[in-house]
Amino acid sequence: MKENQKNVLSGEFFMQGDIACAEGAICAGCRFFGGYPITPATEVAQQMSKRLPLVDGMFIQMEDELASMNAVLGASWAGQKAMTATSGPGASLMMENLGLGIMLETPCVLTNVQRGGPSTGLPTLASQSDMMQAKWGSHGDYSIIALAPSSPQELFDLTIHAFNLAEIYRTPVLVMTDAEVGHMTEKVVIPPQEEIEIVPRRKPTVPPEEYLPYRVAPGEWVPPMAVAGDGYYIHTTGLTHDERGYPATTDDSVQWPLVQRLIDKIEKNKDDIVMLEKDGLDDAEVVIVSYGIAARTAMWPIQIARDEGIRVGLLRLITVWPFPDKQIRELAGQVEGIIVPEINMGQIVREVERCAAGQADVISVPHPGGDIHDPQKVLNAIRKAVGREVEE
Amino acid sequence: MGLEMNGYRLDKSIEADSESEGLVEEIHGHHPMDDLLRTERLPHIWCPGCGLGTALTCFLSALRRSELDLDKVTVTSGIGCTGRVAGYVRLDSFHTTHGRAIPFATGLKMGNPELKAVVFSGDGDLVTIGGNHFIHAARRNIDMTVICVNNFNYGMTGGQAGATTPIGGLTTTTPYGDYEYPFNVSALAAASGAVYVARWTVLHARRLERSITEALLKPGFSMVEIISPCPTGFGRRHKQREGLDTMRYYHEHGVIKHGADPRETDIKLGGAIIEGKFVDIDKLTFLEQRARRLEQVLGKRK
Repeated sequence: MKENQKNVLSGEFFMQGDIACAEGAICAGCRFFGGYPITPATEVAQQMSKRLPLVDGMFIQMEDELASMNAVLGASWAGQKAMTATSGPGASLMMENLGLGIMLETPCVLTNVQRGGPSTGLPTLASQSDMMQAKWGSHGDYSIIALAPSSPQELFDLTIHAFNLAEIYRTPVLVMTDAEVGHMTEKVVIPPQEEIEIVPRRKPTVPPEEYLPYRVAPGEWVPPMAVAGDGYYIHTTGLTHDERGYPATTDDSVQWPLVQRLIDKIEKNKDDIVMLEKDGLDDAEVVIVSYGIAARTAMWPIQIARDEGIRVGLLRLITVWPFPDKQIRELAGQVEGIIVPEINMGQIVREVERCAAGQADVISVPHPGGDIHDPQKVLNAIRKAVGREVEE
Repeated sequence: MGLEMNGYRLDKSIEADSESEGLVEEIHGHHPMDDLLRTERLPHIWCPGCGLGTALTCFLSALRRSELDLDKVTVTSGIGCTGRVAGYVRLDSFHTTHGRAIPFATGLKMGNPELKAVVFSGDGDLVTIGGNHFIHAARRNIDMTVICVNNFNYGMTGGQAGATTPIGGLTTTTPYGDYEYPFNVSALAAASGAVYVARWTVLHARRLERSITEALLKPGFSMVEIISPCPTGFGRRHKQREGLDTMRYYHEHGVIKHGADPRETDIKLGGAIIEGKFVDIDKLTFLEQRARRLEQVLGKRK
């Protein structure tokens, strides 16, 4: 499949979030989508089914999400930039082979347009309740990158960024959006293709006889990746494997350095990976820490509170995983209270509490999903945090 | 010392060093398939009497006979004893998760249509946990050769029942005999749309090799079912303590019947094993269907 960029869009559009995700993927060079329909992520698949054939890409609707995730991994090992998109129940099925992607160190992107759960839950309504699944959903120890867009524009931008991070760190990257952002239609600006930064796959420079698929050069975290058909005759396995990609399962001599590197390649590069939006933090007495649509819902109460003379800041997590421990720890030393609104019953707030380590009050503003927060509840939490009386 | 065996030359030398801890035996042999194997990974993990060595040899011979460009041949396996094949072949090879070899290989083929996708796995992997992927890849007529080694049980985990275990079969999870109706792997492939379906026991190695060659060269979804002994898991509970006992059983119960209706090839405990090429038809592959449809609809736009 030769590269064909002539049908990549650019300009200003009034665009749905899910569509923006698909268009972002195409801009990033994604030429394979394997997926399974599920509300509220279906529009991503629909758009890809329409658009990929126009850019010499391949769309295939698989029989389930287990197959979808595997097809994405296979396509990546065939040299393509590849993605899938799903929601809660589908994400649960994908967890098995997300783990395979992590173990094989396979660049790819998984967008989760979150909906209310558990189980079938609220198919058409939003939640942010898969945030811990994103972190811990597959078995075993690993680290993951997860981004949280709060608008269709950001869903476009962060999908491109997710593909780049996937190539840089040779890992699946999750785009953790939700039904509100996925189904929201807003202005999306797509810059000219030449202005979009795209990270290509890093291939080995040594001849096949010198290539070890999992040998990492000194000072690096990630091995270059030969793919099927390159003539390198690679082998890879979901078993714990040595530098040759061969199983090494009799003791922990390979397990330890392998798992450590899978974690370190992300955690030790936090400074490069973590993206935050900061507003009014310098003199804040109380701060909202949130992400995605919940952070956007907090904008109104922040404004009201400021009008009331409360010095309230916002720290929006654009990258949720790896978690910005250092920034939260520093923030907790500067403020009285940290308020964490999220559309779940309190997931990321646990991470905030861990990092705050008692330096500041950490207040959860939970929501089980189905709607966005009533902004009044966030406002009340802000008022309470600074000791003002609140009428419930 | 040279030794001729089945046309293959074996150089065998035994070195005994009485001063070392035990007898050091080194067998240096040049096997004609060595360059297709990751010999540094040998010896393999398979039990004495297992049929997988024969199945793998037949595959490699067929691969050579097919004259496919080895740079473009991929082998994908799932989990289990047969799943280890991917780790022994000197080709681009992928050892994936349980049951998921077919969708992974689908991604490989769709990601780069120049690749030849071979899936080499067991019955438990392909038609029990991975049954859904098996039937859908056949339905789509994905360009893929699936080699399914059927030993009627889960060997690696210690001989449990699977979807292929015949009624009455004794396994570690059917201690009173299996009472579930089994899948007939060949009939399942045929019913799902496979364009090439053959079944052979490992006893019929040359016919098996020929069938795998045909399957490798067949456009679309081809499937070869290999009936294979598992003395450790299945055989010893069915009066076949050694692999050789099972081979004798194949000799006595194998019935070659090319063109047999796959629906009439069920394998029952103690019954005949009907073998042969059951299906060999032509129809457009997934990629051909796709190209034709897109050309019809988008031809002018592209």
